[in-house]
Amino acid sequence: MKHLLSAGDLTHEDALRILDTAEELLGVAKRPIKKLPTLRGRTVVNLFFEDSTRTRISFEAAAKRLSADVINFSAKGSSASKGEGLKDTALTLQAMGADAVVVRHHHSGAPHRLAHAEWTKGAVINAGDGTHEHPTQALLDAFTMRRHLNDGVGDLAGKNITIVGDVLHSRVARSNALLLHTLGAHVTLVAPPTLLPVGVEHWPVETSYDLDASLEKADAVMMLRVQRERMNASFFPSAREYSRRYGLDTARMNRLPEHAIVMHPGPMNRGMEISADVADSGRSVIVEQVTNGVAVRMAVLYLLVGGSTEGDTE
Amino acid sequence: MTVIRQVRLLGEDVVDIAIEGGVITAVGTDLPTGDHDVVDGQGLIALPGLVDLHTHLREPGREDAETVRTGTMAAARGGFTCVHAMANTDPVADTAGVVEQVWRLGREAGYCDVQPVGAVTVGLAGEQLAELGAMADSAAGVRVFSDDGKCVSDAVLMRRALEYVKAFGGVIAQHAQEPRLTEGAQMNEGILSGELGLTGWPAAAEEAIVARDCVLAAHVGSRLHVCHLSTRGSVEIVRWAKSKGWDVTAEVTPHHLLLTDELVRSYDPIYKVNPPLRSADDVAAVREGLADGTIDIVATDHAPHPMEDKECEWNAAAFGMIGLETALSVVQQTMVDTGLLTWAQVADRMSTAPARIGRVADHGRPIAVGEPANVVLYDPAATRVVEPADTASLSRNTPYRGHELPGRVVATFLRGHATVLDGALTEGVPA
Repeated sequence: MKHLLSAGDLTHEDALRILDTAEELLGVAKRPIKKLPTLRGRTVVNLFFEDSTRTRISFEAAAKRLSADVINFSAKGSSASKGEGLKDTALTLQAMGADAVVVRHHHSGAPHRLAHAEWTKGAVINAGDGTHEHPTQALLDAFTMRRHLNDGVGDLAGKNITIVGDVLHSRVARSNALLLHTLGAHVTLVAPPTLLPVGVEHWPVETSYDLDASLEKADAVMMLRVQRERMNASFFPSAREYSRRYGLDTARMNRLPEHAIVMHPGPMNRGMEISADVADSGRSVIVEQVTNGVAVRMAVLYLLVGGSTEGDTE
Repeated sequence: MTVIRQVRLLGEDVVDIAIEGGVITAVGTDLPTGDHDVVDGQGLIALPGLVDLHTHLREPGREDAETVRTGTMAAARGGFTCVHAMANTDPVADTAGVVEQVWRLGREAGYCDVQPVGAVTVGLAGEQLAELGAMADSAAGVRVFSDDGKCVSDAVLMRRALEYVKAFGGVIAQHAQEPRLTEGAQMNEGILSGELGLTGWPAAAEEAIVARDCVLAAHVGSRLHVCHLSTRGSVEIVRWAKSKGWDVTAEVTPHHLLLTDELVRSYDPIYKVNPPLRSADDVAAVREGLADGTIDIVATDHAPHPMEDKECEWNAAAFGMIGLETALSVVQQTMVDTGLLTWAQVADRMSTAPARIGRVADHGRPIAVGEPANVVLYDPAATRVVEPADTASLSRNTPYRGHELPGRVVATFLRGHATVLDGALTEGVPA
């Protein structure tokens, strides 16, 4: 594996290797000195064409804990919006000797393009592209589920995972559906029909328009962020109606099995897809997801950049 | 005088063809060659010069992507003797002045007759009819009107345009794309668009307009031409309209005959085009439609773009691909080598019918005594691997890089003068 572009590219073995490595690396965060020398002398570039402070600092912390040199390149608002920017930026990073490029882009496929257009030799890690994928988010979600539902070992075979919300525009949902399927979980996507993509019947998931019917057997419920702007494009009539039909409130949470966890990739719209009480409840593992994000990203960087010696001969 | 020796006429009988003064003077066997120029036609087929109803020459305005001269050179290399230059230039070809300029540039270049297409609405803005009559009466003699690149989506405006052009035998060539259904659209809407996270361009957005326009054309008794039809549903609607006897014609591009949306998996914008590449089932449907005559013609939608508009991420890239120099080869591969069309039918779909729809008198004529000597000689047994740099176009955005395609244009004659000979461009025949 040279790049991480899609969660669908990961085999069962790849995914478990990342999760197991992350499990080991999670210990580092608990030490007084949170640092390993693994990527010393390597350069990791965070190339962000779209604002995302939480994802960027998560990758930055991960790279620094592995002793890599980190360059943050925020291309938003620069000439990069024109497109030619992607190629020139990549050539610049190549010239600076980037060993890995963590790329966040508002357009689907930009990391794929960066990895395959021969503009850069470094490993490309997709940190979220348009409405396509966000594979490290899926990995940290799977990691979090595994810790709660399977004692932090093995896969998620037979677990029922319900993902609720704006699947159509969600890179988190796409990556999760693919990875969770690879890990043996049974995924149900719940959304109003307007927010499910055409062709979703060919995904390795079940779909439902009815949240209540999907709660009783769920081992984990993941609520997706729903942007209020969608309302203006007639995806649903009003924020209140959305919240009534697809929001997770206490009454709905109480219908979940005892052991079930509540997840959200953040940032949350409290009162929209998730009530404040639920977000702050004991079932919620939302803050833990953030912690786990650093460990999972350390594992990805370690395996892509540190795991092989190929890059040593420039 | 030129004598073409032992060429298979429309891929059938072997004949000699004599050309003099821009006219075909004899077609027969063992014509005397005397001291005339002789072109060896052995192994080649002769077709009437090809006519493209849908070409973007980009001049005026985007001379970095293409000029009338380079575009018509590419056309000649592809076997074309007449191209229709689309109106979405800058300034838009919405006045007699602009269409006459484009027409004149074509004559000055001398590689291919350029028949300008006039815009339907001022500035392609879809609000007010352009002066269609002035363009029709100009030296360019415009008969095809199109806002191509944009759809004339306003139903009343479309109705009026269809009615108005009846006065001078015009036709409205519609880019069928319901704008609200395709806001931000990037690729065919289907399983793949959902997977790739790219905004879908649903077939329904094309079919809804095709259906509406067929009904409108019937209602006002006018002529409608459907540009670059791309879906099975559109084929079925046009078939239905024709069964009613309505005056509706349609075109398909070479790329919609060959390529599918699976190519978008690469996120390489070389495959980004409007309408988008569709499914394999749609490709099968447009081939069937072209074979049974539901789709009247092949038109290239040759759309040159500079490199920087393709060397970027998918959403930022321009829509369109070049196609003049590969069109006949793609039609051979998809339609002739598959047994769906004979060469005589190819001559109809790529010369006779487009000339008829565009009301171009001197093109699309039979290869017969007394007819204008617009002829292409083609070697169907040749093969080549497409190399983007090997083009007369200023742009290299071909989707066929590395593809092996059958056939090669050996010579193109425009009114008896070779614009291409031995596979190479000549000096042309400037007016």
